[in-house]
Amino acid sequence: MKIIIKNGNIIDPLQNLDIKGWILVDNGKISDFGEGNPKNDFNADEVIDAENLVVSPGFIDLHVHLREPGGEGQETIETGSRAAVAGGFTSIVCMPNTTPPVDHASTVKFINLEANRVNLANVFPTGTISRKREGKELADIGELVQAGVVAITDDGSPVEDACLMRTALEYSKMFPIPIMEHCEELQLKNEGVMNEGFFSTKLGLRGIPSACEDVMIARNVILAKYTGGRLHISHLSTKNGTQIIRDAKNQGVNVTCEVTPHHLTLTDEALSDFDTNFKMNPPLRTESDRQALAEGLVDGTIDAIATDHAPHTITSKNVEFDYAPDGVIGLETALPAVFTKLVKEDKIISLSQLIELLSTKPAKIINQKNKGSLKKGADADITLFDIKSQYSIDSEKFFSKSRNCPFNGNKVYGKVVQTIVAGKTKFETGKIGN
Amino acid sequence: MTAEEITTVLDTALSFSEVSARAIKKVPALRGKTIVNLFYEPSTRTRASFELAEKRLSADIINISTSTSSLKKGETLLDTVRNLCAYKVDVIVIRHSVAGSPLYLARNIESSVVNAGDGTHEHPTQALLDIFTLRKKLGGLKDKKIVIVGDILHSRVARSNIWGLTKLGAKVTIVGPPTFIPRLVENMNVDVSHDLFEALKDADAVNMLRIQREREKKPLFPSLREYAKIYGLNSEKMKNIPENIIVMHPGPINRGVEISSQVADGPNNVILEQVTNGLAVRMAVLFLVTGGTTLHPETLSS
Repeated sequence: MKIIIKNGNIIDPLQNLDIKGWILVDNGKISDFGEGNPKNDFNADEVIDAENLVVSPGFIDLHVHLREPGGEGQETIETGSRAAVAGGFTSIVCMPNTTPPVDHASTVKFINLEANRVNLANVFPTGTISRKREGKELADIGELVQAGVVAITDDGSPVEDACLMRTALEYSKMFPIPIMEHCEELQLKNEGVMNEGFFSTKLGLRGIPSACEDVMIARNVILAKYTGGRLHISHLSTKNGTQIIRDAKNQGVNVTCEVTPHHLTLTDEALSDFDTNFKMNPPLRTESDRQALAEGLVDGTIDAIATDHAPHTITSKNVEFDYAPDGVIGLETALPAVFTKLVKEDKIISLSQLIELLSTKPAKIINQKNKGSLKKGADADITLFDIKSQYSIDSEKFFSKSRNCPFNGNKVYGKVVQTIVAGKTKFETGKIGN
Repeated sequence: MTAEEITTVLDTALSFSEVSARAIKKVPALRGKTIVNLFYEPSTRTRASFELAEKRLSADIINISTSTSSLKKGETLLDTVRNLCAYKVDVIVIRHSVAGSPLYLARNIESSVVNAGDGTHEHPTQALLDIFTLRKKLGGLKDKKIVIVGDILHSRVARSNIWGLTKLGAKVTIVGPPTFIPRLVENMNVDVSHDLFEALKDADAVNMLRIQREREKKPLFPSLREYAKIYGLNSEKMKNIPENIIVMHPGPINRGVEISSQVADGPNNVILEQVTNGLAVRMAVLFLVTGGTTLHPETLSS
């Protein structure tokens, strides 16, 4: 099966490529590409005209909650995969805080089997650091790695026990995976529900100090330095945290980090109406934190944009603020949210840098050498999107099972038009296909 | 609320305060209106004050008090309230332990919603009655110095007072140990002090907040004894501050902690006057939210 994509604005940061040209896909791989028009159509089975579209290596989301097994009312591997390809994500890394948690190889097998049946995006499972995600003893990390996890994390909770964290960082050095850590010092969090600052003061909502995240990032960075282990900081949200990671990278610590579209584009002021669709963990921080995160993207301190896609039912979110669960969905809004604010409006990063953060670098973090690029021989995971026309985000049209979206109604740029996974179109102009 | 809206409530309350001085303490202003008092947090004085205000306005009322949220019984707050609204209720007076709940309700139902205290967010009718009392005592609030002492972090009374007082031109100073002062509170146009004497030396009034240990998830100060020593108002300390300072307290009082019995019952206190004024203020609020604008003579006739 051959596909040829023509007339596209092809951007591949790994190859430093930014051309108007064509790509030939053969048997699920990138077979060739070039500038201008191809000499012939290579007897392609399908010709895609990408005029006015950006052609990018498929997006890779390092942080997705698919909720299955156990939380199928919120999302499933199938609905989450549909949301992924609709948002231009050809690969998603799913978090292990399910019921049961992914602390055993058999659960990894289940996710892989179901993802294969669904056959839309590439689903990369993660396993837990600790057995039952209880933070007490290590899970069978080696078995999890053999079953195919690309990282281990107790996401949703921090590893409170510093000794367990040290052991995990040290033990996992023999595997090609990072430890992803949700950095939060729970004593400091003290049952807070939003960022501590002027708006928590005004709204009378319990504050979560930014220090609650910073002290845990600092602890983990120190342990990564001491052990030489490989650390990845999930959903970074603070200015000080960004600086700690910047300093650690300068010292040669093996640390990477990700930031969410909502932390890059929204602040705690958004909570002024007590709307639970702006309640998540870590919470939306201040404008000064947001700007520091954007600077972290520019200077390379931050490696990836990951959504922390956290589906919750309308019922569970439509309650008093304190009682609503943390989390927002993000798969179907990541591109327009970040493109509109940081590329088009504020001009903080270039389109090529955005693609690097959504594809090139995430591929590297989960060690996928054939992904995150359009180089010859790479997997033909390709996202085509339009950056020229404006549209409104309408959560009612999402493929996700949930609607807890903080960007609903926003007027944005950056619409995914077609998503190709392993050479097959999985999403095209509003429709999921196989 | 704007300064003008606050003034409207206070002026309306002034007219209603006269009703309670009559032999027959009842007017027909809210005849035929239905009000639900929905209290999700324990309350004695606010609940009694609202209930009596409603009765004196001739409204039909339903009282629902529960310390367990309906959520724990499996029903959401919104479902509970929508059930009540099916009776064509005009006003829901709600007290809730979670900040923002009255606003959340107001956005989702047709009936008017009156906030009787939401978590550590706001307690608007308490602030209105405090301001009513101060206005009566001081003549006006412009450039008057009002000091609020205590756990500002957890105080909805303080937040509502700060908004209301500053809008009417008063200068507000909040006093307490640093752990009681919420971050960036100075952006609400108040001065912050940790020194009670310093703050009180040129003050016109002081509002002594109740220490609410139940709201602290982890202790923010060592002991009630130490708090009383540093921030409690007693007759010894009264000797060194303006003689005619007005001493307020939103109640319930922890005698011997934030305020000594001598001061609470002493000549400067207006604590029970606050309670009396609260009734008139709540009558005014209920009258205004049910669409009342001008006070016709018949509205006020028994």
